[in-house]
Amino acid sequence: MDIGFVLTQTVLTFIGFQACYFAIAAIGLNVQFGFTGLLNFGQAAFMAAGAYGMAQTVPIFEISLWWGMFIGIAYALFLGLLMGVPTLRLRADYLAIVTIASAEIVRLVVRSVEFQDTFGATDGLIGYAESFQQVGVDLGLNSTADYGFWIFTFSGRDLWRLIVGWSLVAVFALIVWSLMRSPWGRVLKAIREDEDAVRSLGKSVYSYKLQSLLLGGTIGAFGGMYFAVGQAAVQPDVFSRDLTFFVLTGLVIGGVAKVTGSIIGPMIFWGIYAFLDSLLRELVDKPVRIGDFTLIQSTDIGAVVYMVMGSGLVALMVVRPQGIFGNRKEMAFDGR
Amino acid sequence: MDDDMSLTDTSGAADGIEGTVDTTAERVYSEFAAKARAALSGVAPEPGAPKPDPILVANGVRRAFGGIVAVDVDHIEVQRGSITALIGPNGAGKTTFFNLLTGFDSPDTGTWRFDGADMGGVAPHRMASRGMVRTFQLTKSLTKMSVIENMKLGATGQKGEKWWNGLFPATWRRQEAEIEARADELLKRFRLDHMRDEYAGALSGGQRKLLEMARALMTNPTLVMLDEPMAGVNPALKQSLNAHVRGLRDEGMTVLFVEHDMDMVHDISDWVIVMAEGQVIAEGTPDDISSNTAVIDAYLGTHQGRSLLEDE
Ligand SMILES: Nc1ncnc2c1ncn2[C@@H]1O[C@H](COP(=O)(O)OP(=O)(O)OP(=O)(O)O)[C@@H](O)[C@H]1O
Ligand SMILES: [Mg+2]
Repeated sequence: MDIGFVLTQTVLTFIGFQACYFAIAAIGLNVQFGFTGLLNFGQAAFMAAGAYGMAQTVPIFEISLWWGMFIGIAYALFLGLLMGVPTLRLRADYLAIVTIASAEIVRLVVRSVEFQDTFGATDGLIGYAESFQQVGVDLGLNSTADYGFWIFTFSGRDLWRLIVGWSLVAVFALIVWSLMRSPWGRVLKAIREDEDAVRSLGKSVYSYKLQSLLLGGTIGAFGGMYFAVGQAAVQPDVFSRDLTFFVLTGLVIGGVAKVTGSIIGPMIFWGIYAFLDSLLRELVDKPVRIGDFTLIQSTDIGAVVYMVMGSGLVALMVVRPQGIFGNRKEMAFDGR
Repeated sequence: MDDDMSLTDTSGAADGIEGTVDTTAERVYSEFAAKARAALSGVAPEPGAPKPDPILVANGVRRAFGGIVAVDVDHIEVQRGSITALIGPNGAGKTTFFNLLTGFDSPDTGTWRFDGADMGGVAPHRMASRGMVRTFQLTKSLTKMSVIENMKLGATGQKGEKWWNGLFPATWRRQEAEIEARADELLKRFRLDHMRDEYAGALSGGQRKLLEMARALMTNPTLVMLDEPMAGVNPALKQSLNAHVRGLRDEGMTVLFVEHDMDMVHDISDWVIVMAEGQVIAEGTPDDISSNTAVIDAYLGTHQGRSLLEDE
């Protein structure tokens, strides 16, 4: 077994592309779920909105890739209004139901044969990301050459997308961090605790909840846009419920209502995933048997990794319910 | 911590608040109390009596929950600048009436005017900016926010509460500092300044009542509606709360409060409105009310408020 390989995989995934776009999505979800207490179970839909907004530009609309940013934002805002306007006046559970259903609807629409010419159906869309990669090349990162040192060696293409991605993480983290320290953020946190108290003090709870949903959704859409340009291809099934719940899991691991938690949580999530996955792959290069009984073989690894991670998450919730960076004190007092 | 508090508050009660003299000498009225009582002296002690200068007027407000008619108020007026108590046995509809007046619930029928403006159908969050603020029977302190943050939330018209300003502290920092100064001043008055940076969840029940009242005052209201401000507050703290409520009137605010503690009602109110089974059954000065047979019947009917009789 090559433990060096396992650790390298772990570290590279920890700071990798996947951790990065998950972190962007989690920063957005944190605005809604962490700070405002909105149960958005459809972050995947916002990510799809951003991703498809980007991907449609060149192949479908035949415009420059960069317009994709505006299209992605517009899609996300439209989606947010569609989900939020009817439900945010109602009890919290309604938003949860509507978001989870909307996310599925979005996925089914973009993968439907009916809209093949608009969204590319199950094949998805490709052939739009060149101008993104070109910027990296123009900045002097040869896309095939290797850069870096020791285990941190990346192709120019990889390095470019990581630089862009973590810069986006930094920008959104800073925006959310400063907003949450402003009086605006104070209202959101108050809504999370008691809407009626906030109403009695003269704030329109509905309007703030909508703002929170739209802001978080737009940031989620940026996660999707980044995914689209980084991956240079989008397929509908990327935006499944798994995506939403992995983002949520990352956030919970890191600690809700903490900006650092929303960044490091997804990193840890994928770091642990890569660790377990490569460790098991090293250990189970041939099936492990006890007598005639096959304990584990390489095709089981995916499932086993999720089982172990699930148990780990349960253990974390028992030992540290506020997540790694969460604030124990904010957890400690119960409502009344 | 809590023990310390009650001690401080006992001493606080003796200091009273500017405008009130010793709290125990209840017949020594401040100039404002005298004014309010003088204005109300000519008012007939009967349900729905018109007042010389009403800030709040409600007409035919009715709300039924299924078969129960929780509120059925024909006519009610609240005198500006007075402390008006709203009393009645449990389930009389006092809280429901508060909810209706503040837009947290909508009546089946009825209209009401605040400061001359029709308030029917006005959303609850628009009440504060019009000068009407309420507290809740079950305290709603935001326990996971600090005491000072709770207070600052109360200020209306904050520039920094617009998201596009949120990102630019320069646009709201000055206002925030003013708000904070005002909040600190109120906290001091309510003797919560030593808890300023604690989570509100660390406060005792009585302290939370105080915080909620202080926070409501951050909206700069003209009418303060308090739903059982004294529930669960220890007697020593009650004395200082009494002083605070008087202080509000003495600053020109109108206070409408729900209370079961008849001693307090007698002590601080200029006018008393009695509800039972959703209707206003009596009105009058505290003295009128304690001798009103309809009131005594209503209370005895549900075995409430024996102190009413025992006091006399
Ligand atoms: N949401 C509701 N649904 C059904 N019935 C309700 C509701 N709210 C109040 N009621 C009923 O309306 C009546 C008046 O209740 P309300 O809470 O206004 O009484 P109250 O005078 O505030 O009593 P208390 O002094 O005990 O606080 C009660 O009979 C109550 O059961
Ligand atoms: Mg009540």
